[in-house]
Amino acid sequence: MALTPFDVRRIAELARLDLGADEQARMLDQLNAFFRIVEQMSAVETSGVEPLYTPLAAVQEAHLRLRPDEVTEVVDRDANQQSAPATRDGLYLVPKVIE
Amino acid sequence: MSDPGPHDLGVAALGRALAARELSSVEVTSHLLDRFVGHERLGAALSIDREGALAQAADADRRRGTGAAGPLLGIPIAHKDIFVTRAHPTTAGSSMLAGYRSPFDATVVERLAEAGTVTLGKLNCDEFAMGSSTENSAFHLTRNPWDESRVPGGSSGGSAAAVAARLLPAATGTDTGGSIRQPASFCGITGIKPTYGVCSRYGMIAFASSLDQAGVLARSAEDCALVLGAMSGFDPRDSTSAERPAQDFHAELAKGRAGASAAKPLQGLRIGLPKEFFPAALAGDVEAALRAALAEMARLGATLVDVELPRTELSIPVYYLIAPAEASSNLSRFDGVRYGHRAEHYEDLQSMYRASRSEGFGAEVKRRIMIGTYVLSHGYYDAYYLQAQKLRRMIADDFQACFQRCDVIAGPVAPTVAWPLGAQSDDPVANYLADIFTLPASLAGLPGMSIPAGFGAAGMPVGLQLVGNYFAEGTLLHAAHAFQGATDWHTRTPPLAEPRR
Amino acid sequence: MNGAPGRAAALMRGFEVVIGIETHAQLSTLSKIFSGASTAFGAAPNTQASPVDLALPGTLPVANGGAVERAIRFGLAVGATIAPVSIFARKNYFYPDLPKGYQISQYETPVVQGGAVEFFVGDVPHRVNLTRAHLEEDAGKSLHGVGREGEAGAGAPLDFQGDWTAIDLNRAGTPLLEIVTEPDMRSSAEAVEYARALHTLVVWLGICDGNMQEGSFRCDANVSVRRPGAPFGTRREIKNLNSFRFMQQAIDYEVQWQIDLIEDGGSVRQATVLFDAEHGETRAMRSKEDAHDYRYFPDPDLPPLAIDAEWIERVRAAMPELPRDRARRFQSQYSLSAYDATAMTPSLRTADYFESVAAASHEPKLAANWIMGEVTRRLNAAGSDDIAIAPATLAALIARVADRTISNAAAKQLFDALWDGEGSDVDALIDSRGLRQMRDAGALERIVDEVIAANKKSVDEFLAGKERAFNALVGQAMKASGGKADPGEVGALLRKKLG
Repeated sequence: MALTPFDVRRIAELARLDLGADEQARMLDQLNAFFRIVEQMSAVETSGVEPLYTPLAAVQEAHLRLRPDEVTEVVDRDANQQSAPATRDGLYLVPKVIE
Repeated sequence: MSDPGPHDLGVAALGRALAARELSSVEVTSHLLDRFVGHERLGAALSIDREGALAQAADADRRRGTGAAGPLLGIPIAHKDIFVTRAHPTTAGSSMLAGYRSPFDATVVERLAEAGTVTLGKLNCDEFAMGSSTENSAFHLTRNPWDESRVPGGSSGGSAAAVAARLLPAATGTDTGGSIRQPASFCGITGIKPTYGVCSRYGMIAFASSLDQAGVLARSAEDCALVLGAMSGFDPRDSTSAERPAQDFHAELAKGRAGASAAKPLQGLRIGLPKEFFPAALAGDVEAALRAALAEMARLGATLVDVELPRTELSIPVYYLIAPAEASSNLSRFDGVRYGHRAEHYEDLQSMYRASRSEGFGAEVKRRIMIGTYVLSHGYYDAYYLQAQKLRRMIADDFQACFQRCDVIAGPVAPTVAWPLGAQSDDPVANYLADIFTLPASLAGLPGMSIPAGFGAAGMPVGLQLVGNYFAEGTLLHAAHAFQGATDWHTRTPPLAEPRR
Repeated sequence: MNGAPGRAAALMRGFEVVIGIETHAQLSTLSKIFSGASTAFGAAPNTQASPVDLALPGTLPVANGGAVERAIRFGLAVGATIAPVSIFARKNYFYPDLPKGYQISQYETPVVQGGAVEFFVGDVPHRVNLTRAHLEEDAGKSLHGVGREGEAGAGAPLDFQGDWTAIDLNRAGTPLLEIVTEPDMRSSAEAVEYARALHTLVVWLGICDGNMQEGSFRCDANVSVRRPGAPFGTRREIKNLNSFRFMQQAIDYEVQWQIDLIEDGGSVRQATVLFDAEHGETRAMRSKEDAHDYRYFPDPDLPPLAIDAEWIERVRAAMPELPRDRARRFQSQYSLSAYDATAMTPSLRTADYFESVAAASHEPKLAANWIMGEVTRRLNAAGSDDIAIAPATLAALIARVADRTISNAAAKQLFDALWDGEGSDVDALIDSRGLRQMRDAGALERIVDEVIAANKKSVDEFLAGKERAFNALVGQAMKASGGKADPGEVGALLRKKLG
């Protein structure tokens, strides 16, 4: 399944990455080289096999642990925002979003 | 050759020396801080906090003076820069997080601090743990202490180099596809990645959530056991944390196997050798070293058994679809809004996103984000991601079939010894192929170790990989410890050019 | 297409209107669905956003059992299936109020499957089937129109020339139950009544506070039109309707807009639209085509959610009697009409109040009337739902009306006095204000005779057929009695005497 330059642009947009023309071309080659390896995987018969989304499920039925509904966090806003690029009065600032 | 000094002591020996008041934590910490400075050329560290470390050391000495004790009290360590720390910047080896300060410590960092360790700083790694050579760090290279023109391995290259060069007795690392085992092998030290879920992932910057595990790099199995014991155990802040208490792995080392004797400590241990782990592509020098090490294991009483892991080769595409898929999602939070790099120039929100992410991420990270985004995208999910997860189940089942016939699986860590810096940086796919031996255990979530087993081409270290069944870290550590009791590969030190005093 | 009762809805200009509704109900937990931060409304910006809510590097989600319990309660209340195992999935997209760059939601296997909600439109019963309900986390809030003036944080080289949007992540991570209906509704009125019934239910169950101004209950309406018998038309989604009035207006406008378009030869393209309340119009949002490739996959940070039969039974045993069941019981136990019974069950509080008053007064019909009438009037005026008269007190008042101690008019006077806190002893107030109706039959008859004698003109007019004249006579008699006569008795006497 070979990727096209259109695919590269579409995926880059989905991932919010700007790739220059050179980068796009290199990326296309590298991705296609990679997907050639992937081909061998596609041929393997896997019907009836349950996916293993987490290794925890390989040992036994892994189930989500639930915590009680309690407020346990004391929020230190200043500490949380010490690395923020742009804030005002505790709010994060981004360029205005147009709906 | 360097003068003998505290830097030659491993964790266990240093702990005994400190307990006997033969030296103080301040002395050994100060000595190691100087060594970091003297060996800056190796590029092991990203940040060192001299004052903070000495203050912690002084505090450890003070506490010892009032009766506090413990094998890790006052022991200097450092953390791979994937673990967030309040006291130091955390970068994950990426420009995206240059200067980032976390308001909380990773659980693993907290536990080691509670056990009394002294944190010197943060260690270099491939960006967001993606890579096998630490060449993907946005900041600088790390050099292999055995040959400074070669890679230390990755992604925990800084941790491995620091321990191998005896700048530290131990360091934390993370292993997603081999990132503890491979650098340990390349640098001639001992590393362990425990079973998925044994160490908390809270505070470990996520690369691939179902694969990432924290672990230890040190100079012996005994040292690994001491540090892993303090790190491990259930954490309610991590929903994938195994509900098991912390284990005293060190105490388990002393327990013998049933039927064992001093001469045959590995009596009854069945070591499985998958034929797929000894392919033609395995370098001859590596194979020779491993065969010799395995023969030693047999002399110590172990039985070598032929087994199969038929889908070993498939683990490459399976891993390199699952890991980037999870990573592409985990890295979406780096958008320049709340922390991390925000571009200086942008016209609107979307251009801010694109510019910040494109400037902040390096080439390998972008490549994996692209792969991951693609395999999850509409129309490709079933053929790629879902298929990979099904094959992952089959690979895990293959291991279980092996463990019907053996107790641990052994083989190489990597197909070759460490390669020269720059040799593979243009060929990402070649890098992926070299992970073939470490990926299967990662996919299954099984514990794995690398122990020094000899030397190969150009005098470079070769590591023997041991893989155990779920929660069998104790078995691995015991086998490694027994091997290290009868051999001295793990005590060899690199001929570092010591700086003039 | 379904066989539910009341299905024959009117066509709109020859078209059938098809509506489905998605509701996001904020669950009334104390803490967030995946972190231990508080969910209390109104805190200063980002003071209830923990590192997990901010998606700081290294943070991980831990699920809140209280959110799951509320989902189970909802599922049982609507007769749905509770999935024994359900999966949290990541919905990936970029937006500044979405800190992780993905929302933790549920995709292929939601926690609640199926179910239905029943309600009335007028006196026609309706039933809307639910496709599913699932748990997910809410996003933060964006505040637009923040100008450039003021500090924007040290060390941020900003040459950006435009305006800002400010992000508050206090709301990020609040648990939501997303409730999705089948496209079963056929009119805006039905859609609104469904939304009201759902609102009543979630508040009744105690799983959501239902405060629409605060955003606790938000509806999106999927609207399409089709010629009868044709396949479903393309739908447009009206987002974020936070009042029932706007919902009705928005759907009505959208329906007309779609029909106009089709009749002009155009075709409806799928779009997300917002309702502009100021102009009463729906308008398509700027949409990015591939914004909808959410790349769902099971969240590797969260193992599957298991709900066993024991848990479901514990929740079932602790459930309150549901509104529909209680209404039916009011019909059978208190002989209320279906309409009145529904009117007595818009909330648990009202239903409890009614039942207390009915039991104490033994006058359920009167109790219902007074609650629908005077109580509602005072609540609306005050804009609150605090009933200021104790049930026993209202029951006493009603009893005095039923035994004709006081007239209806007097009772209304007393009601206001009681509500305004001028006393709480009904009999004492009756006496202190002299509101006792005249019960002396002899005295009443004398007054009626005098009125007949003194108002010959009105009497003649009445006998000639003018009903108004009768009222004038009643009025005279009431005046003569100082307002204490029972107008019903006066009327009866007059008719008897005048033939």
